[in-house]
Amino acid sequence: MAHVLVFTEFSQGQLKKSALELLSAARKSGLKIQAVALGSGAKNLVDVLGKEGVDDAILGDDAAFDQYNPELFTEVVSNILNDKKPTVVLASSSTLGRDLFPRVAARLNTGVVSDCTELEISGTGEVKVRRPMYAGKCSAEVAFVNSPVQIVLMRPNQLTIEPSAAVKTPAIEEIKAPVKDLKTIIKEVVKGTSAKLDLSEANIIVSGGRGMKEAANFKLLEELADVLGATVGASRAVVDAGWVPHSMQVGQTGKTVAPTLYIACGISGAIQHLAGMSGSKVIVAINKDPNAPIFQKATYGIVGDALEVVPLLTQEFKKLLQQ
Amino acid sequence: MKVFVCIKQVPDTETKIKIKGDASGIDTAGVKWVMNPYDEFAVEEALKLKEAGKATNVTVISVGPKARIVETLRTALAMGADDAIAVDAPEDLDPSTTAKALAATIKAEGDYRLVLTGKLAIDDNAASVSQMLAEHLGVPHSTAVTKLEVSDSSAVSEREIEGGAREVMQLAVPAVIAANKGLNMPRYASLPGIMKAKKKVIKELTLDGLGVSAAETRIHYQNFQMPPEKPPVKMIEGDAATQAQTLVKLLREEAKVI
Repeated sequence: MAHVLVFTEFSQGQLKKSALELLSAARKSGLKIQAVALGSGAKNLVDVLGKEGVDDAILGDDAAFDQYNPELFTEVVSNILNDKKPTVVLASSSTLGRDLFPRVAARLNTGVVSDCTELEISGTGEVKVRRPMYAGKCSAEVAFVNSPVQIVLMRPNQLTIEPSAAVKTPAIEEIKAPVKDLKTIIKEVVKGTSAKLDLSEANIIVSGGRGMKEAANFKLLEELADVLGATVGASRAVVDAGWVPHSMQVGQTGKTVAPTLYIACGISGAIQHLAGMSGSKVIVAINKDPNAPIFQKATYGIVGDALEVVPLLTQEFKKLLQQ
Repeated sequence: MKVFVCIKQVPDTETKIKIKGDASGIDTAGVKWVMNPYDEFAVEEALKLKEAGKATNVTVISVGPKARIVETLRTALAMGADDAIAVDAPEDLDPSTTAKALAATIKAEGDYRLVLTGKLAIDDNAASVSQMLAEHLGVPHSTAVTKLEVSDSSAVSEREIEGGAREVMQLAVPAVIAANKGLNMPRYASLPGIMKAKKKVIKELTLDGLGVSAAETRIHYQNFQMPPEKPPVKMIEGDAATQAQTLVKLLREEAKVI
């Protein structure tokens, strides 16, 4: 029987929003749903997985899974897939998902499609996906060929979450990390300075370019982002100038993003930047130059100095959200 | 010890994409082809390893239409790579087949310490070949690497993970490393380098010769579309304070995103 296996990421005991999106898509197919969760506290997810309509929960409540290790995860996830033989695997196109699943697909000699933005799963387990190509300058449908397991990595914030109709009591299967010598060792994780969501998962992005004049002015964007619960991004020009790290770059040689709201502050809109963000639902552009290309992609445009407009916006949003 | 660098030729980032009449792909007429920007970091890192005495030979490999990829291979040779291999293959080879072709090429060449790639190619952004290649070679991998230290027995990579955090990973060598921006500053080819590269013989291989067939295809891109047309921008007039007030109101009441 065709069935769907969802690889659910969680942090601090909560399923990530991306996992809820994947579970919603799995429910829509009407197929049996298996969920995998790896890491300390995975067992505590049983109830929420049941509420999300999961039939079988495969839980690796083991501290060995708290830190992602490509070698260990490839082995464990490949073994699960070999054992369960799902027709479709859904996972987030997150840093972890994008690193792990191509290797799993190679081990299983099956197909994987990353960064999908559209997904349909038929009642017989046939998958239809679409993804951006050339950083969003166009898109393509992707067909699986000779793939016993169709592995789909969905970009976060693309699927709507429909409420689950039936509460289930998942059958639980517990797994442990195998004890073996690994060729890959995680020595250290150096936390980022920001506690905010990763750009690829953010629902709102406030992005700055050369119009911010200097690195210190990015604090204006941080302040706006704090009020909105947003993540701060940047154009290539200011990354290359060393104002902010590359992890913040949006565009063809940075991150391709598609949040609900993208606020571009002092960004003129090079073709590579536009490609990386034009999939956003609503785009606000603030720029001094009325002819800047960014206005062609924008929903709302303000001709003005970002250094003057951004603090005013922060005040206005504060007023609104305090109400 | 040998270091391999896998490079891909992609349309320049300035390219305005047009779709073919039958929607089977992009119209490549007039496209300027360049080395994938992330692969430049991989080539540079390999050359630095050689300069530091940690590699004896840098060999670049590319899979794609032979007539066009030799140009990108020559760019890498002009930067300082020692040898180049072109694996002739159709334009739209999928990541699975590409990874198998690269693995077969590297296995046939013998011992190596490292394989470097870019973290992704900016054409399909699949970010898959590096990890698939590592799997076929049976060696560990590290992706999105911004710092690399190599010794006789191991490689220590620093990589970007979520939220700007960095992870330090130690891998037994041989290993596959996918380079990210920030790893180094790629050099430009020198004029003597360009002259020398012109004279070098590029080794040519075929998929058949490597025992890799089209039956290895696992995914296929089709039915290409341009993004939907956006309605024209709504410009917000007035002084800065009025603009800010109006925008917040529109985002709340019209766009309903706040």
